Amino acid sequence: MKPAPFEYHVPDSLEQALELKSQKADDTKILAGGQSLVPAMNFRIVQPSVLVDLNRLPELSFIREEGQTIRIGAMTRERHLEFDASIAKHIPLLTEATPFIAHPQIRNRGTIGGSIVNADPAAELPVLMLALNARLKAKNISGERWIDAKDFFAGMFTTALEPDEILVEIELPFMPSHTGWSFMEVAPRAGDYALMGVAALVTLEDGKCKQAKLVYLNAGDGPVDAKEAANVLRGEKLSDALIESAASMASEQEINPYGNVHTSPEFQRHLANVLTKKALKQAMQRAEENLQ
Amino acid sequence: MTQSFPVTINVNEKEYKREVEPRILLSDFLRHELGLTGTHVGCEHGVCGACTILFDGESMRSCLIFAVQADGHNITTVEGLATASPLYGGTEGGGGLHPIQQAFWEAHGLQCGYCTPGILMTLVPFLKQNPKPTEDEIRHALSGNLCRCTGYQHIVDAVKLAAEKMR
Repeated sequence: MKPAPFEYHVPDSLEQALELKSQKADDTKILAGGQSLVPAMNFRIVQPSVLVDLNRLPELSFIREEGQTIRIGAMTRERHLEFDASIAKHIPLLTEATPFIAHPQIRNRGTIGGSIVNADPAAELPVLMLALNARLKAKNISGERWIDAKDFFAGMFTTALEPDEILVEIELPFMPSHTGWSFMEVAPRAGDYALMGVAALVTLEDGKCKQAKLVYLNAGDGPVDAKEAANVLRGEKLSDALIESAASMASEQEINPYGNVHTSPEFQRHLANVLTKKALKQAMQRAEENLQ
Repeated sequence: MTQSFPVTINVNEKEYKREVEPRILLSDFLRHELGLTGTHVGCEHGVCGACTILFDGESMRSCLIFAVQADGHNITTVEGLATASPLYGGTEGGGGLHPIQQAFWEAHGLQCGYCTPGILMTLVPFLKQNPKPTEDEIRHALSGNLCRCTGYQHIVDAVKLAAEKMR
């Protein structure tokens, strides 16, 4: 057998899961979709002593509108995000980006909560959470708290969750009106980890950029929010020259790619530059279409 | 201390009751416990797609699921394709090859055959959801299954033929 032995629990209530998470050893792992955890266990890179499987908790799997937000249960499969009509209507960036997550076979099993908590800098969902100003609900046996996405990702594979906490829900505000979006990445093959990727949002008002957001994957220790590049655009009428300087700001100053066996950091910066320009232009065009 | 859990898993419309250690992967359970060696095991970390099965009708990697998690669920492996064919649009009564299998035979969609079971299981739900796929869509659907022999051209031809047969 490939994975090392572990103690397995499959709670039938969230309370039971939270009790286990607080009582068992600190290396207790939550098993969500298992699409990153199980490969790591097969290689024995990870050898948790206890696994708490959340797959028998249907109450953690839902997508529903509440006010001007969409609430998503942490155990919702990525494949369900992809085909959800209310997400497509109110948060089209998420609909557009979800098919970039691995392959359908993985998205059928992988969960939104699992990918967020895994906090892989090359993953799509952490980038999207930051771009979309998500709030993340964590629970432990004594209560719950909401964490803003910008405070959640603490570094490579590291989050703000305490050892006794479980991520249970994600809240995403509707994208504001007059907002265009784009998600682009470059991967060696469809479904592979991307060498570089960007989520872009542009909100227009009176022909000017009211708000912009550029968040990058595989560009540092976690999802990288290029705030200075967004500042370059804010309050301005978007021109090719301005988009050029935002792309230079993000790709030369704000991201910090490490390179890997498939790419050098220089090539990643080059990709970030090109993708930023293409993504901003697409987002801008969609924002203009939204105005009509 | 080794834990073991009783499981009842429906595989290809047949119920199996077994005791499993939680760390046994569904792929190894199918092959070693049930003797269903049609599900192939390649990379064992979810990249190659050889171990793709249907879990309650959806394609998934059986090397990334523990057998204990399949308790109470319906699994379909490549062995279930021919006999289960009425369920998936094949010949009434079963027994014959599934139309996708037949198309792979006719269009030479395999050489060594190692990746074939995983590809077939990927295609069953794909062609159900997308009965008239374009070549681009077919190639995209195959991107999660590695084939080192064919260069994919005959596989793509086979999928086109299968789609025709199933319409």
